[in-house]
Amino acid sequence: MSGEPVERVEGPACVVRGHDIDTDRILPARFLRRVSFEGLEEHAFADDRVHAKGNHPFDDDRFLSAEILVVGHNFGSGSSREHAPQALMRRGFRAFVGGSFAEIFAGNCVALGLVCVTLSDADLARVMEAVELDPEHRVVIDLHARSVTSRAGSVDLEIHEGHRQQLVSGTWHATAVLLQAGNAIEATAARLPYVTDFAE
Amino acid sequence: MSPPKTLLDKVWDAHSVCELDSGQTQLFIGLHLIHEVTSPQAFAMLREMGVPVRFPSRTFATVDHIVPTDSRRRPLADALAEEMLVALERNCAEHDVRLFDLESGQQGIVHVIGPELGLTQPGMTIACGDSHTSTHGAFGAVAFGIGTSQVRDVLATQCLAMGRPQVRRIEVTGKLASGVYAKDVILAIIRHLGVKGGVGYAYEYAGSVIEAMSVEERLTVCNMSIEGGARCGYVNPDDTVLEYLRGREYCPSGVAWDRAVEWWRSLPSDPGASYADRVEIDGQRLAPSVTWGINPGQSVAVDERLPLLTSVNDEDRPSLAEAFDFMEFQPGEPLLGTPIDVAFIGSCTNGRISDLREAARVAQTGQVATGIKALVVPGSKSVAREAEEEGLPEVFRAAGFEWRDAGCSMCLAMNPDKLSGRQLCASSSNRNFKGRQGSPTGRTLLMSPAMVAAAALRGAVADVREIL
Repeated sequence: MSGEPVERVEGPACVVRGHDIDTDRILPARFLRRVSFEGLEEHAFADDRVHAKGNHPFDDDRFLSAEILVVGHNFGSGSSREHAPQALMRRGFRAFVGGSFAEIFAGNCVALGLVCVTLSDADLARVMEAVELDPEHRVVIDLHARSVTSRAGSVDLEIHEGHRQQLVSGTWHATAVLLQAGNAIEATAARLPYVTDFAE
Repeated sequence: MSPPKTLLDKVWDAHSVCELDSGQTQLFIGLHLIHEVTSPQAFAMLREMGVPVRFPSRTFATVDHIVPTDSRRRPLADALAEEMLVALERNCAEHDVRLFDLESGQQGIVHVIGPELGLTQPGMTIACGDSHTSTHGAFGAVAFGIGTSQVRDVLATQCLAMGRPQVRRIEVTGKLASGVYAKDVILAIIRHLGVKGGVGYAYEYAGSVIEAMSVEERLTVCNMSIEGGARCGYVNPDDTVLEYLRGREYCPSGVAWDRAVEWWRSLPSDPGASYADRVEIDGQRLAPSVTWGINPGQSVAVDERLPLLTSVNDEDRPSLAEAFDFMEFQPGEPLLGTPIDVAFIGSCTNGRISDLREAARVAQTGQVATGIKALVVPGSKSVAREAEEEGLPEVFRAAGFEWRDAGCSMCLAMNPDKLSGRQLCASSSNRNFKGRQGSPTGRTLLMSPAMVAAAALRGAVADVREIL
């Protein structure tokens, strides 16, 4: 019950362009009718892929082995469904490089040991172009050097510092960390007036 | 004397167990709400780790997303839905968690029943595997949505590892005109600040418009905080909140009530508290709002024309074009008079009794237009009972609306209530995302429940101010 440190992610990448891509699009709600996360990878971007009539990056053979997904702004907005990052993780993605991420999505990713990093708009545009030109080129995300290296060169990344700490120290599986507080949890509860039913 | 603090800081500090090495706070969660969609995997993880539920009495469960609104006969017709319901029943029984099930008379959308049962109280930290948990901030609670791994964390430890958000104070000044509702206020806020403007913030809603709102109206505003990117939104608790809470099942009574009130009155943000940002919105100038695009920030006043592609910068133009393309609308055209196919009144945003009353007030003035499917779905069994006592189902049925049973229904269409094909739906729900209402090509126009009722009668987008 603990996570492995995630300090660096290296692998081929794939670009899904567009902003405000919500979790309903990443995984439509009809696929949430199940009690496990197994098999969700088949349904990632199900409707977008139909709309794109075969032109969606997820249907492009050149990107089938991608492990890093490059996206625009506010990726993962809307529903808190962890099914969305689960579907992408089960498809082989280990990291996301974007303009910005919705907060609950980013939190869900770190809880799975997945990396979300952001770049400036100019750097992101260059990385997107580089990945689309050469899908086989391996992109490197380095959480210590805080850089993303692609055929476009090395650029500075930004990441929520708490998330970066959780990832590099291997404490992203929060349950184990939270349990360490032991009785301090009960002690905190006992100080809250509503937990003690407002007794004197 | 301690320096002035915001409500967010007071609640956060009171619930802080410790600071973690990551720099985040280990935050105690006072109320944990669960439902059938995002909890079964969390219980499975718990089982795998061999860890018990730490505080079973602080978690409450209900079933809402997959519930059919016509027949609730078990087993449910959808075998997958039945499997989810059985899993929830089994998990709650096994871990001693209180479940408000289909037969309880207290079932409903999780964000509707928390407040009406008095579970939601000022000063609590509240988490639920559902992004609309921000709703509960209407009571002056710090409430936010979480994913399934975090549901596991709360079950196992009653805590979350969280970074403290900054606070943006949003003051809505003046007084709302007739026909302008809480839904219009929050749609205007999201239009103004954008769908990602709230990332990293808690929104503190204030000002004369918010202060004049009922608790139910505040619930509507806080509900859609997440649509503006803010994981959490709240209103400082006042007498309106106290009056709402008095006598509710899970609220303290007697001497405990007096002590509770004393604590609750200490919670509002102090005068002089500092905010990371402040925004003012003139409530006087707000009109009924309607979304026209594929995110809740893309809205116009009902009598306003759709934006021109030239009205935004180069960077934002592709998103605007994508929305026009999906919705099959033209830049610069009016939305008023656009024919609709379906009208949906309900959801955690607008499925409460006051919403149904406003919609019924409009419904009683006419008949649902020919060919329009119009659904009214109460947010909970309790809302349904109250509506029945007031004769609202008869009003809706006489006008040609279908009166259904409680659940999330066509807000996200995980049950049999769905759009088909390219249908255009006037909806009182919270998301107009592509495919949100169950058809991959279906289209949604978000608006207030009264505006939905008006659209149902006209068979097209209408201005409710002309009916009231």
